[in-house]
Amino acid sequence: MLRSYLKIAWKVLMRRKFFTFISLFGVSFTLMILLVVMAMFDHLVGPAAPVKRVDRMLFVNVIRHQMVDGHGWMNMPASIHFVDDYVRKMKTPEKVGITTTSANATAFTKSKLLALDMSYTDGNFWQIMDFDFVGGRAFTPEEVKNAQQVCVLNEATARAYFGSTDVVGRTIEIDLKRYRVAGVVRNVSAAQIYAYADVWVPYTLSPEFYKDNRLGGEFLVLLLAPSAQALPAVREEYQQMLKRVEIPNPKEVKAIFSYADPMLAGFTRALLNHNDQTVDDDNLTSFYLIVGGLALLFMLLPALNLVNLNVTRILERSGEIGVRKAFGAAGSDLVSQFLVENLVLALVGGLLGLGLAAGALALVNEAHPVAYAHFSLSWRVFGWGMVLTLLFGLMSGVYPAWKMSRLNPVAALRGSGEQK
Amino acid sequence: MENLLANSPEHRTQPAAVPNGATPVLQLTNIEKVYQTKTIETVALNQVNLTINRGEFVSIMGPSGCGKSTLLSLMGLLDEPSSGTIEVDGRAVTSFSDKELANLRNLKIGFVFQSYHLINDLSVVDNVEVPLLYRKGMSGKERRQRALTALDKVGLSARTAHFPGQLSGGQRQRVAIARALAGGPEIILADEPTGNLDSVMGEEIMELLMDLNRRDGVTVVMVTHDEQQALKTERVIRFFDGSQVS
Repeated sequence: MLRSYLKIAWKVLMRRKFFTFISLFGVSFTLMILLVVMAMFDHLVGPAAPVKRVDRMLFVNVIRHQMVDGHGWMNMPASIHFVDDYVRKMKTPEKVGITTTSANATAFTKSKLLALDMSYTDGNFWQIMDFDFVGGRAFTPEEVKNAQQVCVLNEATARAYFGSTDVVGRTIEIDLKRYRVAGVVRNVSAAQIYAYADVWVPYTLSPEFYKDNRLGGEFLVLLLAPSAQALPAVREEYQQMLKRVEIPNPKEVKAIFSYADPMLAGFTRALLNHNDQTVDDDNLTSFYLIVGGLALLFMLLPALNLVNLNVTRILERSGEIGVRKAFGAAGSDLVSQFLVENLVLALVGGLLGLGLAAGALALVNEAHPVAYAHFSLSWRVFGWGMVLTLLFGLMSGVYPAWKMSRLNPVAALRGSGEQK
Repeated sequence: MENLLANSPEHRTQPAAVPNGATPVLQLTNIEKVYQTKTIETVALNQVNLTINRGEFVSIMGPSGCGKSTLLSLMGLLDEPSSGTIEVDGRAVTSFSDKELANLRNLKIGFVFQSYHLINDLSVVDNVEVPLLYRKGMSGKERRQRALTALDKVGLSARTAHFPGQLSGGQRQRVAIARALAGGPEIILADEPTGNLDSVMGEEIMELLMDLNRRDGVTVVMVTHDEQQALKTERVIRFFDGSQVS
């Protein structure tokens, strides 16, 4: 029966090429835009080198200080005191690493000035992240502890400065300080805020590195859980640990709040923040609801257009519906037939949409809107694309199919669209 | 109250008499069909009592608008009467669900329409397979075999891969008859099957229906305007203004 449905679905598509074109255009264009957005989103929060084990990672972006007497809030990344004396003493994480958001730095070659982004990290950072080394190695905990003048460069910087990537052991001068190159890694997309930089150096070299008892500092904290299943336990231990934190200036700071969040939850907490910053909600559910709602809304317009076209085309096919009913098709048979037809259309549109999305992403990559970012359609995005396609096929097919199944067979054979 | 009385067994008009030895395959009792709009009520059938026996070839005649086609739709379970009962093989179908009616149509009844109603997007053999698509548990191979046998019966073995648009009117009607036959129905309901054909083609189709009735024992009920063709059948039922007049 399915073969017969597919056969007729194909014939129906071919019968009115202009209508088919309009329908396919609606489906494929909508899906293209959604897929491009999804590919970008996936690039931002999905597992990709060097953040390959994102499902096991938690990130601490800020420590929120609630000031006394309604003096508002102060949000700052963590200090080394907070990391060393509290976070590193946690038992559930497998590793705790730190990094900073990249800061501007300058290097001079013989002929030009290089504007670089520099990050300060510890040794664990390199074990939590899976950087792809072109040559050399990361700096070691020993080198970090001793504040040795070493660095890791990305490929682009190595090429721009030395004209080659084979530069391990050579010296680079950045902001008038000289660093020995320990290793060279493949370029990391600037969209990956925890991993991106042009140059990485030990955090002990940072001018902002103070050893006092302040909680606020400049470090983003990375926690690697032993498994994805262990994430809730690590999050919970982080919250428990926070209760033990001694506030160094209680006359100014009433309380502190901080969260170890998975990548996306970290963004949603910051993006959809409400006035009361003491609420523990990471807003992930709200984010999914908003994004899902927007995607549905975006698909609704072409879906309604397709519903309209489908309902009109039912009248054209009333004779066939009448015949099928006369020869024993129940309403459910006709609903299945029409849904199969619509899903075939959506699937063709979906595949076209995938092709268009691949083309659009290639154009975006050509334009280099984000440094070193390469947006692509992963299997995960492809899977989501197929889910959206099926959703689209069902959204635009159910009502016309139901309407079709309700046609009175006698009226249908006469060629009118009278309902039962 | 009146309705209740009208439907009680004591008040029900007896269906047409059944000749000795004949088995009724379709029985219509006190059938009324009224089409109602906001402003007007049209009585299409008025108190029709009719029995069709197994193996009969019956023709229904009457002027346009007298209710012949409505009657055929009711016999084919495509429409519901406003009142009265329809029995197929002795079982009243009044309380049947949409699905049960569809199943009964599929198993027992084959339709032949004046304008063929073939699906132009499907080949001849795929058209003939349509009733078998809704037969549960039938394999694709068996469907194809039965469709080919039906096409062989109507003399169209050489046209199986053609599409309706490539056939003459007579050939299309043969395909429609093959489609009606494919499911092995007990009854064929033909609504002016020769109405769109010239006399020679019409004659051929008539011969084919008569042959099916004689050789395979299929019960045929045919609506026609053609007196000559009607006279070839065993029984002629005449309608006027929604009522049976003979």
